[in-house]
Amino acid sequence: MMRNKQRNMSRRHFLATTGGATIFIGGYCLLPGCTEKGIAEDKEAIKKEVNVWVKLTSSDQVIIYNPAAEMGQGSMTAVPLVLAEEMDADWSKVKILNSPVEAETYGVGWSPGGTKNMTTAGSRTIRSYYQLMRETGAQIRAGLLQNAAEKWQVNVEELTTKPGYVIHEISDRTMSFGEIAEFGNFESLPTISSVKMKDPKDFRLIGKVLPRYDVPSKTDGTATYAMDIQLPGMMYGFINRSAVHGAKPELTNESEIKNMEGVVSVVTLDHGIGLVSESVEAGLKAKHQMKINWADTLALSHNSEEDLKAYTIEGASESKKDGDVDSAIKTATKVHEATFTNKYVYHAQMEPLNAVISLSTDKQSAELWIGSQAPDRAKSAVAQTLGINESKVTVNQLFLGGGFGRRTLSGYAAECAALAMSVNGPVKLIWTREDDVSYGAFRPQVKHFFKAGLDREGRITSWDHTAVGPGGGLSNGGAGVSHYDIPNVRFMRKDVDHGIRTKHWRAVGHGPHKYAIETFIDQLARSNNTDPYLYRLEMMKGNERARRVLERAAELSNWDPTPSRGKAMGIAFADRDSFSCGVAQISLNHDTGVIRVHKYWCALDAGVIVQPDNALAQVEGAVIMGISSSLKEQIDIKDGKVVQSNFDDYPILRMSEAPESIEVALIDSDEAPDGIGEAGLPAVGGAIASAFAALTGKYLYDMPFTPERVLAVLKDAL
Amino acid sequence: MKTSFELNGNNVSVDTAEDATLLWTLRERLQLTSTKFGCGISVCGACTVHLDRVAVRSCSMPITSVEGKKVTTIEGLGENNDHPLQVAFQEEQVPQCGYCQSGQIMQAATLLASNPNPSRDQIISHMDGNLCRCGTYNRIIKAINKAAEEDQL
Repeated sequence: MMRNKQRNMSRRHFLATTGGATIFIGGYCLLPGCTEKGIAEDKEAIKKEVNVWVKLTSSDQVIIYNPAAEMGQGSMTAVPLVLAEEMDADWSKVKILNSPVEAETYGVGWSPGGTKNMTTAGSRTIRSYYQLMRETGAQIRAGLLQNAAEKWQVNVEELTTKPGYVIHEISDRTMSFGEIAEFGNFESLPTISSVKMKDPKDFRLIGKVLPRYDVPSKTDGTATYAMDIQLPGMMYGFINRSAVHGAKPELTNESEIKNMEGVVSVVTLDHGIGLVSESVEAGLKAKHQMKINWADTLALSHNSEEDLKAYTIEGASESKKDGDVDSAIKTATKVHEATFTNKYVYHAQMEPLNAVISLSTDKQSAELWIGSQAPDRAKSAVAQTLGINESKVTVNQLFLGGGFGRRTLSGYAAECAALAMSVNGPVKLIWTREDDVSYGAFRPQVKHFFKAGLDREGRITSWDHTAVGPGGGLSNGGAGVSHYDIPNVRFMRKDVDHGIRTKHWRAVGHGPHKYAIETFIDQLARSNNTDPYLYRLEMMKGNERARRVLERAAELSNWDPTPSRGKAMGIAFADRDSFSCGVAQISLNHDTGVIRVHKYWCALDAGVIVQPDNALAQVEGAVIMGISSSLKEQIDIKDGKVVQSNFDDYPILRMSEAPESIEVALIDSDEAPDGIGEAGLPAVGGAIASAFAALTGKYLYDMPFTPERVLAVLKDAL
Repeated sequence: MKTSFELNGNNVSVDTAEDATLLWTLRERLQLTSTKFGCGISVCGACTVHLDRVAVRSCSMPITSVEGKKVTTIEGLGENNDHPLQVAFQEEQVPQCGYCQSGQIMQAATLLASNPNPSRDQIISHMDGNLCRCGTYNRIIKAINKAAEEDQL
C-alpha cells in the first residue's frame, strides 16, 4: 500500500518524510479496495543513482524522474519515454516518479539561455524536453556500455544494447542494467557531445501506441491529487475572497465566527477572510456565516457586456506589421469590414483549487502538497508568505485534476501557507466550486475589428485586425496569418484594464483570434462565391506544410461545401505552433436556436509525435472543450462581480452534446516535436461558424453561440 | 452523532456533525479519497457512489440518510482494478486528468448491472449527468460498450 501511495511523491519526500506523513500513508488504505498499481518499488534492491534523472536497481528496475505536471495531457509518460528510448530501457521495467521541485536541476528555459522553470503550460513540455531527454538517455546508455566494457575487459566499441541489456555479441554475453547497477560507477558519464543518438527509424517507443503510465491508477481511485492528502491532526482552511477583484475585506462579525464550534482561527488576508477549522463541515458553516464589508476598487465599475459593446479601436497601437496596409486598402477593388466578440470564459477544471501544507513547529520550514502547473513558483510563493528561504520549502507535486492554465497561478499555495501560520498543525485549503468560479482568472473578452481589401479576383491584398479588451499579452498571441499569402498585414491591439483577473486558458489568445479570423476569411470566401476550403488552399500556395494539413482535413472529412438534409460542413485552420485544420458538421434547430455538432474531423501536424494515441486523445478533448466554449460558456461580470457560480449556471459540454465522432489524422513528420494539448481547440469556433454560414447564409459574430444569440442572428436579416 | 452503515462490505460507524455529507465523511473521516468533490450541488457527478446499488451523488447526501444502508465506492467495486469497466477504461485509455473518472465508472456500473447490453442512446442518457472537462466522453462510451461486450462473453 505504502509504496503505491508514494509513487506520485517526490524523491525528496521519500528522504525527508516526517514520522507524521509516514503514518498517514501507512494508514491510508486500511479499507479494502486499494490495490497496488504499476511497478512497486523493490525495497531490497540496490539502487544506483546514475544522474539526477535516472536510478537503476539491482532488480532491473529503471526509475525515471518526471519534471512535468501531469494534468491529463500525458507528459508524465511522454517525457520519461523519450529518455527510455535513447537509454534503451525495457519500458515494462520503468517506474516513473515525479521529480523534486528544483528548477535549477529539473527545469528548462523556454528560449536559449532563458531562465530555467518547471512550468507546464502552453503545450511546451515535449518541445522543451525532447532534445534534453534524448541526449540524457543516450548519455546514460553510453555510461552503461562503458561500465560493461570495463567489467568484461573488452573494447566499448564491441558492445551494443537491447532493451534492458548490454550485449557483447562476439562472446555471446549479456549483462542486464540491474547487474550493472550493482557495481557500476556513473560518476563520470561520457559527455553529451560524444554520444550518439538513435536514428529515428530505430525508435521502438517514440511514435508507438503505448498505454499511459497514469491510467491504471485513474480507474480505481488510487491516483492521488493534493485534495486527497491526509495528515494526522490536519485542519481545514476556507476563504471568502473578494467578489470584486482587488476589494479589501473587513470582517464585521469576527468574534461570532471565532466562537463557532470547530473554528480554530480567523485570518485576514489582503483579498479575503480565511478561517481554519477542525472539520470540513464546521469550516463551511463558518465560511457562509461571515459578514464582510468590502472596500471600493476599480473593478466595481466593470460590466462586461456593456463594456465589450462599447470598445472602439481609438487608441490602439501597432503590434505587428508586414507591408503597407494603409496604401493597399486604397487600391483594393473591394473592402470588407466585420466585428466579432468573444466573452470571458472560465477554466472549469474538475478539481477545484486546493493545497495541503505542514509547517515545522517554529514555522521556519514547510512541506507543501499541491497539484500545480508551476510548482517552482508555488514553492517561492510559500517561502515568501512565510518569510523563509526557498530551500526550507519542500514541494510534493501530485496529479492535477485539470489545469488548462488555471494552475499556473500560485495564489492558492500562498493562501494555504498564510492560514497555516495561524495554527499549530497541518492545513488543507479547499476552494469550493463557487470560490473557483467567482475567484476565477478568465480568458479575456475581446472585440475584434477587421478590415480587408480584396483585388479583382477576390484575393486578400490587405488585412487589418485590431483586438480590443483586457488581458495584456494574453490577447496578443494567436492573431498571426503568416500561413496565408497576404502581402499587407497589420495587427493592432488596445489593452483595457477593468481590474479583472485574466489568465492563460487552453490555447490562450488563439481560441478567440482564430475564431474571429477564420470566420472573417470564410465570409470573404463566400462573398467571392468561392468554396472556403479552396479559398484557403489558394492562399496557402507558398506554405507547403500548412497546405498539407488543410488538404488532409478536407480529405478526411470528405469535404463538401453544400449543405445536405439539414446538415452542413464548415472548415477552419489554426496555427498554435502546430498546424491544425478542423471540419465541423452541424445541424441547427431553427425553433430553439440550438446548434448541434454531429461530427468533427481534425488534421494535425505537430512534428514528431511521441505518443500517437495520446495525441488523438488530446485533440478529442480539445475539440470537446472547443465546442463547449464556442456554444455554451461565458462569464458575465456585473458591477465587478462574477455572475456565474457553479456548473448549474456555467454549463460545460455534456456527453449528449458531444459529437458522435471526432476523427483525427496525424501528419507524419520528421520535424521537431511541437505542441499538441492545445492545437485542436482554436479551429473549432471558426469551423462551427463556417458550417452555420453554409446552412443559413448568416454569420455568428459573437461567441458563444448560445441558443438565444443564434435565434437573434436568424431573425436579423444580416 | 453516530451513523452506522456498510461500506464496501465492511460495517463502519462514524461520528460526525449532523449536517455532514456522505462525501466529506468518506473522504476526510474514513480517508476513502477516490470519491471526488467537484461541485457540491449534485450537478457534476464526480462524487458518485452506490447507495444500495443505486448511483447517488454523495456531495448532497446527508450522512444520516445512509444509516443501515450499503455504500459502495470505487475502492469496493472490483478486486485489483479488474471490474469489466475498469479493464475497459484502461484498454480504451479513457482517463486524462482522471478526477471525474471514479464517478464516471461508478455511474456506468449501475447501468451495466441493470442493462447488460445498453444502446448508445441508453448509455448517453444514463451518463449525461457526469461531466468531464478533459472531454473523454467518446472514449467513455466506447469503454462502456466494450465492458458490456466482455460481460456477454
